[in-house]
Amino acid sequence: MPRLTRWFVRSALVNMLVGMSLGVVLVARPYFDSPGWLSAAAPTYLHLITVGWLSQLIFGVGHWMFPKSSREFPRGDERLMWLVFGALNLGLVMRLIGEPLLGAGERTLAGPILAASAWLQWLAVAGFLLNTWDRVKER
Amino acid sequence: MPRLAVVATRMAFLQLGFGATLGAIILTTKAMGIWPTSWAWLPAHIESLVIGWLVQLAFGVAFWILPRIGGQRPQAGFAWLAIVSLNLGVLLSGLSPLLLAAPWPVLAGRMLSVIGVAAFALHAWPRVKVAGLPG
Repeated sequence: MPRLTRWFVRSALVNMLVGMSLGVVLVARPYFDSPGWLSAAAPTYLHLITVGWLSQLIFGVGHWMFPKSSREFPRGDERLMWLVFGALNLGLVMRLIGEPLLGAGERTLAGPILAASAWLQWLAVAGFLLNTWDRVKER
Repeated sequence: MPRLAVVATRMAFLQLGFGATLGAIILTTKAMGIWPTSWAWLPAHIESLVIGWLVQLAFGVAFWILPRIGGQRPQAGFAWLAIVSLNLGVLLSGLSPLLLAAPWPVLAGRMLSVIGVAAFALHAWPRVKVAGLPG
């Protein structure tokens, strides 16, 4: 298993753990004096599971298992895929910070954080597709 | 990879690119208050990422790696039907709320997605077995 795949898979596991834990906290709100901004974290819960866990796991395993790109560069541009890893996870962390801030009414601070989160995740997807498209081929 | 797996995976990639672009626009709107009409794309964002990306990629990879029967992937027609039906279903149920007020295209889209899932199950069912042994 390539080193980058290990990072993707382990990060995916962390995202799943954080996401599922957040899911528990969200449904436990009636049982404790929860701050109002916590409700704003519901979309983050869904994205930690679908993007941070499922999609990131696919990115990592795909990087490992899809047909080789070429003899010289079997997994395409490895540096690009490291950038994908960084952008995806930085984007998710920024969302985890930005959504509750927005829920707390701190739009001036939350706005740029969430906008950066959105486009970092988009760049990660674009980088993955750019590097992986040609590896999906008949042989 | 067999041709169907290539087509399904690349269609899943297109759905991922489309859904992620909509998601980035919607989150930017939420953050900065620009492009308020982009909220109307939320159903398309969800359909394309959950069904078009995650489900379709699973179909493509399963067609590729599930155990073969006599060295073949029999009843591939069902798998082709699944891919066509799933993509039409996602398009219809995701995009039609933007174009039409009537609820029937969403219903038709969801039904097409169900037909796609059923067709794929028919294809995959006999291949879910111990590799090397008859089903």
